[in-house]
Amino acid sequence: MGVVFLRARAVTLLGGRQIRLPLISFRTSRLTLYKPRTLIFVKFRVASQSVKMTESSASKLLNGEACQRALRAKNAGKNGFVKNHCVFEHPRKYRRPAEKNQNATSNSSLYKKPFSESFEETPLLVAVLTYMGYGILTIFGYFRDFLRHWNIEKCHIAHEREQQKDFVPLYQDFENFYTRNLYMRIRDNWNRPICSVPGAKVDLVERVTHNYNWTFEHTGKVVKDVINMGSYNYLGFAENTGACAGAAIETTHTYGVGVASTRCEIGNLDIHEELEQLVARFLGVESSMAFGMGFATNSMNIPALTGKVRNLIPFLFLFCFRFLSVEEFWNSACYSLKEKQLFLQRIIYKKKKGCLILSDELNHASLVLGARLSGSTIRVFKHNNMQSLEKLLRDAIAHGQPRTHRPWKKILIVVEGIYSMEGSIVRLPEVVALKKRYKAYLYLDEAHSIGALGPNGRGVVDYFGLDPKDVDIMMGTFTKSFGAAGGYIGGRKELIDYLRCHSHSALYATSMSPPVAQQIISSMKIIMGEDGSTLGADRLRQLSENTTYFRRKLREMGFIIYGNDDSPVVPLMLYMPAKIGAFGREMLKRNIGTVVVGFPATPIIESRARFCVSAAHTREMLDTALEAISEVGDLLQLKYSRRGRPLSSLGWSSEESLLQD
Amino acid sequence: MAAGQQWVLVEMVQAFYEAPAYHLILEGILILCIIRLLFFSKTYKPHETYKLTEKEKEDLIEEWQPEPLVPPVSKDHPSLNYDVVTGPPSHKIIINGKECTNFASFNFLGLLDSERVKEKALASLKKYGVGTCGPRGFYGTFDVHLELESRLANFMKTEEAIIYSYGFATIASAIPAYSKRGDIIFVDDAACFSIQKGLQASRSFIKYFKHNDMEDLERLLKEQELEDQKNPRKARVTRKFIVVEGLYINTADVCPLPELVRLKYKYKVRIFLEESMSFGVLGEHGKGVTEHFGVNIDDIDLISANMENAVASIGGFCCGRSFVIDHQRLSGQGYCFSASLPPMLAAAAIEALNIMEEDPEIFSVLKRRCRQVHQALQGIPGLKLVGVPFSPALHLQLERSSGCRSSDLQLLRSIVDHCLDRQVALTVARYLDKEERFLPPPSIRVVVTVEQTDEDIQKAVSCISEAASIFLR
Repeated sequence: MGVVFLRARAVTLLGGRQIRLPLISFRTSRLTLYKPRTLIFVKFRVASQSVKMTESSASKLLNGEACQRALRAKNAGKNGFVKNHCVFEHPRKYRRPAEKNQNATSNSSLYKKPFSESFEETPLLVAVLTYMGYGILTIFGYFRDFLRHWNIEKCHIAHEREQQKDFVPLYQDFENFYTRNLYMRIRDNWNRPICSVPGAKVDLVERVTHNYNWTFEHTGKVVKDVINMGSYNYLGFAENTGACAGAAIETTHTYGVGVASTRCEIGNLDIHEELEQLVARFLGVESSMAFGMGFATNSMNIPALTGKVRNLIPFLFLFCFRFLSVEEFWNSACYSLKEKQLFLQRIIYKKKKGCLILSDELNHASLVLGARLSGSTIRVFKHNNMQSLEKLLRDAIAHGQPRTHRPWKKILIVVEGIYSMEGSIVRLPEVVALKKRYKAYLYLDEAHSIGALGPNGRGVVDYFGLDPKDVDIMMGTFTKSFGAAGGYIGGRKELIDYLRCHSHSALYATSMSPPVAQQIISSMKIIMGEDGSTLGADRLRQLSENTTYFRRKLREMGFIIYGNDDSPVVPLMLYMPAKIGAFGREMLKRNIGTVVVGFPATPIIESRARFCVSAAHTREMLDTALEAISEVGDLLQLKYSRRGRPLSSLGWSSEESLLQD
Repeated sequence: MAAGQQWVLVEMVQAFYEAPAYHLILEGILILCIIRLLFFSKTYKPHETYKLTEKEKEDLIEEWQPEPLVPPVSKDHPSLNYDVVTGPPSHKIIINGKECTNFASFNFLGLLDSERVKEKALASLKKYGVGTCGPRGFYGTFDVHLELESRLANFMKTEEAIIYSYGFATIASAIPAYSKRGDIIFVDDAACFSIQKGLQASRSFIKYFKHNDMEDLERLLKEQELEDQKNPRKARVTRKFIVVEGLYINTADVCPLPELVRLKYKYKVRIFLEESMSFGVLGEHGKGVTEHFGVNIDDIDLISANMENAVASIGGFCCGRSFVIDHQRLSGQGYCFSASLPPMLAAAAIEALNIMEEDPEIFSVLKRRCRQVHQALQGIPGLKLVGVPFSPALHLQLERSSGCRSSDLQLLRSIVDHCLDRQVALTVARYLDKEERFLPPPSIRVVVTVEQTDEDIQKAVSCISEAASIFLR
C-alpha cells in the first residue's frame, strides 16, 4: 500500500502530469523512508527536461548525451513519463517501470519502414487488484499449508522416503510454496498432452482430475480439432505429409534415427555437412554449424566464445595437499619438462579473462545460463532499450574492469530477434550501429524470428534489410519455423572453425538425428524457393497477413496487446492470477488451445496469454479464434485498453507510426 | 508507574534548566551534526571522485581495441577437420569413403539399424510429423512422451521418469535443479563433461575425490561432518550430494556402488548416478549398475542416463522417486525451456526398450563380447588397455608418453588412420583440453557392440597391434 501512496503523491506533486514510478524497484531496493522523496524530486526535474527535449532533434542516439537524458515523452500532455537512471545501476531481472511505452526511439533514420511497437501501461486499478489477488492467494496458501501440516487437509505431495527422513530436506519449504498453492490450482492449463501433428488444428488427449489438479487421469477420449494457437509452428512445417515428411521418411529408411557418436569423433554424417552448407547459404554467412538442441546451442557455445581460463592456483594447492606428493601430481598432469614449464607459466601469468556480456533483461533462460557458465562478467540492460545499452557500453569501456580498471578484452552484446514473451522485435539497426561504434560483438538469437520474419524468411536481419555480416554470431533454432529440432550458429569462417574445435556440443554431445536434419534441409529449401515452387513464398506471405490481421482485430476489440506489429508472437495481457486459469479453460471449452503464462516467466503483475500465429491458420480459423477470444474477453473483462479505438479505415497504426520519416 | 515516569520527565526538564549554556550549545551542535550526516551528506560514490569528462570518455572509447572474437585456429588442429561418414553409422560404416567395421560408435546393442526400431519411428513420423514445435508445457507433450516416461519408469522399476530432448542436457540440468548455491557436491574427479557443466551451473561448493577412491571420499565426508558439528544451524540447510557415474566414459571403470550406498546412509548424503554408459549394458536385464551390483534402486536418489548409446535414439532421461523427479518438471532448465523430444525419436526409444525387455539375452552376448575384446587387447606392446572387462567402451592409452600431449595424440591418430585404411573404424577420444577439470590422458576409444563377430574382433586386434608395432617402437 505504501507504494500506491507514494505514486499518488508523485502525481499530485507534478501537477497533474502523470508520472509512472517503477513499482518493482521500490519494492525491491533498499531505499530508506526519506529517499523516495528525493527520488521523486529528481524525477520531476528530469521529466520537465525531457519534455523540452522532445522537440529538439532526437536523432542523437549515438551521442553520449542521449543516455543521460530520459526517454522522450511521446505525448507530453497526457502521457509524459520519466526514466529512472537508478535502475540502470542495479540491474535486476524483472525490474521494469510500469510505463513501458518504448516507442520513443530517437533514431528513426536507421529504419527503412515504420517500427511500431507498443507496451501499453498497466492501468493503476488493475495493478492494485493484481497485487491484491496475489496477496489473497498467499494468505490462503499459508492457511492451507497450516491445515496440511496438521493433516486437516489431505496432502497429495509425494513424500520423502522413511529411511531418508533425517537427511537434510531436499527442498526448503518456501521453495515449493508457489508450486503448491498457486501453480497447482491452474496446472491443467499446461502440459496438455496432444496426440496429433501440432499443426493448425490439434487433437488433445482428454484428461480429468478428481483432486484439484494434483493428479490427472486420461479418460481415453480425444478432444478433436482444437485450433492450435500455442505451438511455434510459424510457417506450418509441422506436417506429417508433403515433401518434408516424405524426405524425412526416406532418410529414416537409409540412416535410422540415432547417431551414437559425437560430431568430433565419428558422428559427422554427410547429411550434417549438407545441412550446414545450406544454413550458411540461407543466412548469407560464410559458414555455419548445427547442434542437436536449441537450448544447448546457447548454453554450450557462449562459454566457448567468452570463457575465462580457469584460475589454476587453487587447483594446484588443492592437488599438492590432497595427493600423496607433488611429484605424483606432476607426473599425472604433465608429460615433459617443457609442459611443466608451460604449466607453471599458465599458473603464474594466466589471469581471469576479462570478457563482458551485455544481455537484454528479457533474454531466454538458455542465454542466461550460457552467459553464467562462461564465467564472464554479465551486465543487464533494459529490454530493447538502446539508451540503457549505450550507457552500459560507454561505462564499460571508459571504466574498464571492476577494481583493476584494466580494459575489457571483448564485449559481447546478446539479444534475441523476437522476444517470445513480449512479442517485441529487437531494434537491430540501432544495436548494430552501437556495436560498430563501440567495437563490441553481437550475438543474435533468432529462435523465434528465423523463418518467421523478413520478406525472405531469413529473420530480423532480413526484416530490417541489414547485412548479415554485421552480426558476428547468428544463432537460431530449427524447432519453430522449420518444424524440426536443434539449433545453429552462423558467422565468419574463423568463428565456425573455432567452434568446431571448441564447442562443448561438438565434442561431447551426440550429433543431430538424420531425419531431423533432413526435415530442416527440405523445409529450408522450400522457404528459399529451391524446390522450384512458390510454396515457401506463399507461406511467408500468409504468415505476415495472418499476423497483421490477428493483431489488428485483437487491438480493435480493446485488448492490451504487447509487442511489434509484425511479430507473430502475440501476447494478450491478463494481469490477474485468477484470469490465467480462467482464460485457458474458457478458451479450451471453445475448442481453442492457447498458452497462458504467469509469474516466473513474466513479471509478477504481467500475466498474459500468448498466441502464436501460423501460416497454416486459415482466415476462418483466425476468425473463430478471435470470436472466442472476444467472448472470453467480455466474460473475464479483459478489454483493458484505454486507447481510443481508431477507425479501421483511418489505419489503426497511424498513432504509432510516428517514427516514419 | 505513571507517576514515576512523570517524575523522570520533570527531572529532565529541571536538568535542562540547570544545565550550563556551553553544554546546551555543544548538544545543539551535536544534534545539527547528526541531522547533517543523516540528511545532507552525499552518499559515497567512488565514481564521482574521478568522474571522467565526456571528452575523456570519447578518447577512451576511441582508443579501446577489443581482442578478436575468437583466436585463430591452426589449420591442423586435431578437431578441426571431422571425418565424414557417408550413410548410416551402423556396424558397417563408410568413413571418408572407406567402408569399415565400426569400433567407435556407442551403438552397443546394434539397435541403430534395427528394422523394428525404424518401423516404429516411421509410424510415429507419419502420425506426428518430425518436430514438436513447443516445449513440454505449451502443447509439446505428446502421448508418446508420456508412454516413454512410464515405460522407462517401469523398466527401471522406479516411481517416475522424466525425459529430456538432449542427452548432454540431462544431468547438466538435473544437478542444478536440486543443488543450489551453498550446497555441497562430492564428485569423482573422472566425472564426464556434462556432469562438470551441471556442477558449474549449480554454483554449489564442489569437492572432488580421487577416482573411485572411497577412502578419499570418506575422508572428505568426515571433514564435512566435523565442519557441520561446528555450525549445526548451517548444516541443517546444506544439502549434500555425491555425483558419480555408473560406468565412467573417461576411464571405463565401474563405480563401487555398494560402498557408496553405505557411505550415503552413514553420512546422510544423497547419490546422483549418471548411467549413460551403463544403461542397457550392465546387469542381467540391462538396468545398469544398480542391477549389476544388486543394489536396491530406491537407495539411489536420482539416476540419469542418455538414450543415445545403447538405446540408439536421441535424448536422455532421469528416473527415481516421484518426490525427487517431479521437481524437475518445473525446475529442470533443459526440460522446461527446451522444445520436447521429436515423437519419432521417443517412439524409437520405446521400441528399443521393447527389444531389450523381450530379449535379455542380448546383454549377456554383449558382456561376452566385451570380455573377448578385453582379453584380446591385452598385451599389445606399447599400448595399455584401460577399463573393466565388462565395459563396452574401452580406452587404449600409450604405455610410455612421448612427452607432450599433442605428439601423443598425433601418434594415436596415426594408429587410428592405419586401422581405418584396413577397414577398422576407431577414434581418438576427444576432450576440450582447457575446459576439462581433470584432463584424461590421450587414448583410442574401442567400442564393443553385439554386432561384431569373432572375425571382426580378431581383425581389429591384429590391425591395432600391427599399427602399434609400426608406430610405437
